[in-house]
Amino acid sequence: MRYHPLTSEDRRIMLAKIGAPNIDALFRDVPKGALAPLSAFELPDTQGEMEVERALSKLAARNIASGGAPSFCGAGAYKHHVPASVDHLIQRSEFLTSYTPYQPEIAQGTLQYLFEFQTQVALLTGMEVANASLYDGSTATAEAVLMAQRVTRRGKAILSGGLHPHYAETVETVAGLTGAITRATVTPGKAEDIIALIDEDTACVVVQSPDVYGLIRNLRPIADAAHAKGALLIAVVTEIVSLGLLEPPGAQGADIVAAEGQSIGNGLNFGGPYVGLFATREKFLRQMPGRLTGETADAEGRRGFVLTLSTREQHIRREKATSNICTNSGLCTLAFTIHMTLLGEEGLSRLARLNHARASALAERLAKLKGVELVTPSFFNEFTLRLSRPAAEVVDALALKDILAGVPASRLGGADDLLIVAATETATDDDFSALEAGLKEVLS
Amino acid sequence: MSLNNQGRPTGAGAAETPSTPTTISGDRGLDHEEVLIFELGHGAVGVDLPDMKVSDERLGGMRRKAGIGLPGISEPETVRHYVRLSRMNYAIDAGLYPLGSCTMKHNPRLNEKMARLPGFGDLHPLAPASATQGALVLIAELMNWLTSLTGMPAVAMSPKAGAHGELCGLLAIRAALEARGEGHRRRILVPESAHGTNPATAAFAGFTVDEVPAMPDGHVDADALEAKLGPDVAAIMLTNPNTCGLFEPRVKEMADAVHKAGGYFYCDGANFNAIAGKVRPGDLGIDAMHINLHKTFSTPHGGGGPGAGPVVLSERLAPFAPLPLLVHDANGLRLVETRGEAPEGAQPFGRMCAFHGQMGMFVRSLSYMLSHGRNGVRQSSEDAVLSANYILASLKDVMSAPFGDGPCMHEALFDDSFLEGSGVTTLDFAKAMIDEGYHPMTMYFPLVVHGAMLIEPTESESRESLDRFIHVLRELALEAKAGKTGRFEGAPHFAPRRRLDETLAARKPVLRWKPPPLREAAE
Repeated sequence: MRYHPLTSEDRRIMLAKIGAPNIDALFRDVPKGALAPLSAFELPDTQGEMEVERALSKLAARNIASGGAPSFCGAGAYKHHVPASVDHLIQRSEFLTSYTPYQPEIAQGTLQYLFEFQTQVALLTGMEVANASLYDGSTATAEAVLMAQRVTRRGKAILSGGLHPHYAETVETVAGLTGAITRATVTPGKAEDIIALIDEDTACVVVQSPDVYGLIRNLRPIADAAHAKGALLIAVVTEIVSLGLLEPPGAQGADIVAAEGQSIGNGLNFGGPYVGLFATREKFLRQMPGRLTGETADAEGRRGFVLTLSTREQHIRREKATSNICTNSGLCTLAFTIHMTLLGEEGLSRLARLNHARASALAERLAKLKGVELVTPSFFNEFTLRLSRPAAEVVDALALKDILAGVPASRLGGADDLLIVAATETATDDDFSALEAGLKEVLS
Repeated sequence: MSLNNQGRPTGAGAAETPSTPTTISGDRGLDHEEVLIFELGHGAVGVDLPDMKVSDERLGGMRRKAGIGLPGISEPETVRHYVRLSRMNYAIDAGLYPLGSCTMKHNPRLNEKMARLPGFGDLHPLAPASATQGALVLIAELMNWLTSLTGMPAVAMSPKAGAHGELCGLLAIRAALEARGEGHRRRILVPESAHGTNPATAAFAGFTVDEVPAMPDGHVDADALEAKLGPDVAAIMLTNPNTCGLFEPRVKEMADAVHKAGGYFYCDGANFNAIAGKVRPGDLGIDAMHINLHKTFSTPHGGGGPGAGPVVLSERLAPFAPLPLLVHDANGLRLVETRGEAPEGAQPFGRMCAFHGQMGMFVRSLSYMLSHGRNGVRQSSEDAVLSANYILASLKDVMSAPFGDGPCMHEALFDDSFLEGSGVTTLDFAKAMIDEGYHPMTMYFPLVVHGAMLIEPTESESRESLDRFIHVLRELALEAKAGKTGRFEGAPHFAPRRRLDETLAARKPVLRWKPPPLREAAE
C-alpha cells in the first residue's frame, strides 16, 4: 500500500539479516492463541485515496457546516473568519510533523512561537505568566481548580451558575476527587450572589464572563471577597475575542485565568481539537500545570528557547507531578498565535467591536418579535432569548430550513424556553433576516 | 551580557569562538535568524476590518480601559516570520525521526484534507442532531474500528490525549469499584519501567502507587506483581508492549491474577502500533486501554499536540463510560449529553471535557484506517517490528543491547555500556546525531536501563533509509569507542542553536517577552 516503503524483497532481506524465519517469529512472546489471523478482524481492506475521499466527503456532506447556512450557535465554540495564511502556515511540514520540542537545538521554531504565544496570552488576559496551552477551556478550568486547591491547601471550589455546564461537569469529575464542588444556582441574565457562598474553607471561586448566557460580569467584587477569605478567583473566558473590548480578568483581580482559545485561528471541528489558555500570577508559577517555554542562551551566547521547569511535570516527578497532562495543544496554539499576530492590537480591537456591533444589531431586531424576550441586559457577541415555545423545538424546526438558530439552553441542562444566540463578524444581514423570518414563522 | 535583536551576543560575556565566521546580518545563508514578533511590531495590521464605534450601553460597565500591548504587523511580515521559524525545526517529513515511544510515522496529507472538509472542520459541536448525522456516523464508524481492532466491546471517545485517556480509564475503574461497594481499593500497581504519566495519573485519580520491579530481561516481574496483589488493589497498570520495546509474555497470567484478586487491568496503549491488526488486547484480559490516535493512527504530532486518547473498555467497565454517549434512536444517531438522558444501565462517571472529544483527530484517524484497511494496519505493525529488529540486529555488535539476543517489538533499546570509558554520554551521542542530520532517539527512558537510547523507526522508512541511519550510528559508535570524541564534544555544531543552557532557564525563568525598560528622560 502507498504508505509502506518496504517491498516484499526488502522484507525478505531484512528477515535474513535478523535471522528470523518469518515475521511471526518476531512475535514469539505473544501467548499461544493470541496471535489473531487477519480474518479475525471484520473490517475492510486497503482503499485508494480516491475511494477514501469519496466515502468521507459523503459523510461530511450530510452535516450543515456553519459557513454554509445562517449560523448562530455559540455556547463555548464560535464561528469566526480565519485568515487563509493561518491554515497554510500551520500545514508547513516543519510545524505539522515535528514532535514536542525536547531537542531544543532543532526545535527553535516551535519553542519561539510558544514563547510568543505565552506572551500574547499573558498580555491579553492581563496576567503575568501563561503556559504553552492545555487541551481546551474546560480542562484548563479543571486544572485551575486543582492548582487553587494546591496553592490554598483547601478543597472547596465554588462554581458560578453562569459557568458553562460542560466546564462545571469537567471540574466536578476531576477536582471533585480532591475537594467539594458547590455549584451556585443562576437566573439567566442575572448575576447570582456568589459572594455569600465564600467561606474559610473555600479554595477558589470560578466565574465565567461573559457567562454561558452571554452576560458580562464584574469580577472585581468577587475577587475582593474571595481574597478576604484567603480564596483565589479563577476567571473563565470561553470567547477570547471578547478581551479585545472588555476589561481583562487580570485587571479585575483574577488569580488564574482559564480560557478557550478556539475563536482565534481554530475551526469549530465539532468540538475539538481546541486550545486551552492558562495564565496566572508570577508568584504561583511553580504550581502551574502544563508545559512552559523559557528564554535562555546557547553555548555561543545566542538567545534561544527551551521547555523549562519540567521538574513540575509527570515525566520527571511521576506520582508527585502537578498534573498528569503530558501534552499541549501545539498546532492549535500555532494557529492561535499566527491569527493573533495578524490581528495585532488594532485588528483585535476592531474584530471585538465588530462582533459586539453585529450581536447588538441582531438582539435589537429579534427582541421586537412577538414571543421573543431578550434576557441578557449586557453581552459581548452572544445573548439569550426567552421564547414562547421550547427552544429545542424551534432549533429543530429551523434546522430543517437550513438555519442554525443557536443553542437551546435545555441542551446544557438549562430552562426549556431559553435560546442562546451568537452573532460574530461572519453573520451577514441576510443571515439576520433569515433567522428573523424563521423565528417569526415558528413562533406564530 | 546583552543580546542584540538578532539573538546574537553583544558586549561583555559574548562567546569568543563562534563555530563559523560571523556575518553582517547575523544570518548564515539559508540558516536565518528571526526576532520575536514583539520586536517586529510597528503598528501595521494584518487583517482588514471596519473600524466600528460601539456604545457602552450593553457592556455592563466593563469596557477595556487600557491597551493590550500586542504588536501589529502586516500579512507578508507575518508569513515570513513563521516561515523563517519553521525552518529551525526538524520534522518527520524532512527525515527519519526515531523517537522511541513517540511513534513518528508518516502523516498522510489526505487525512489533513479530509479533516478540513467544511462538513467536519466547520461543524458546530452543539448544532442540532439533524445537522450533524454525518459526523455522528463517522464517530460510530471509528468506534467500530477501535473496538474491532482491540476486541473490546466499548470505547469512550472524549479523552483528548493519552494521559487524559489514562485518567478516563482509572476513573471508570474507580466508579466500577464504588458501584461494587469496594471503594476502599485504592492501591494501583505500576511497573517502574512505566511512562511517567502512569503514576502521575494514578495519583491524580486518588490512588496510591505501588511500584513493581523489572526483571533483568526487561520484562515486568510477574511474580513480584502477583505477590503484591491483595484486597486493597484496585488495578494494575501495564504497558504492553512495554517501554523496553518487549511484549510481556506473561501478560495473560498477570491479567488472570489481578482479576482473581478482584482488581482491574489497565493497559497503557502507547505501543499498540506494534500489534494493531495482529493481537487483540481484549484477548489478553485487558479491562481498559487508551489508544493514542496520534501514534498508532498517525494524526500529526504538531509540535506537541493536539492528540486524542479514546479508551476501549471491557464489558465490566463499559457502563461507567463518561458523557457524552452515542446512541441510536428512531431518528438516527444522537448524543446523550446529560446524566438524566442516560440509557438504562449506563452510569457515566462524569465528563472528561466540554463537547465530544477531538473530532478533527477522529476524521484523520478514520481516513488512515480506511486507507490502510485491516491488512494495511497489520502490515504497518509488522513493518514497524521488522524495521526495529533490523536496526537491533545491525547495531548490537557495536552498541549494547541490554536484553540479549531476543527479538524486540517496534523499538530497539540500547544502554550506554558501549560508551563506558569513552567520556561520551548518551546525551553527547544523541547530539552528535543532530549534526548528522537526524533527530536523536529517545534518551534516558525507560529509567530501568542506564543511559537508555530507545529507537523507533516505524513502518515509514525504506530499507535504504534504515541502512543510511544504521551506517551513521555504527560510525558514531565506533568513533566513540576508539576514543575519537571530536564529533561529540559540544555537539551539535550544525544546528540553528548550539546546546542551550537549561539550568539558566529554570533558575531564572523568563517566560514571556517584556518591553525594554524606558531610557532615562535626562539622556
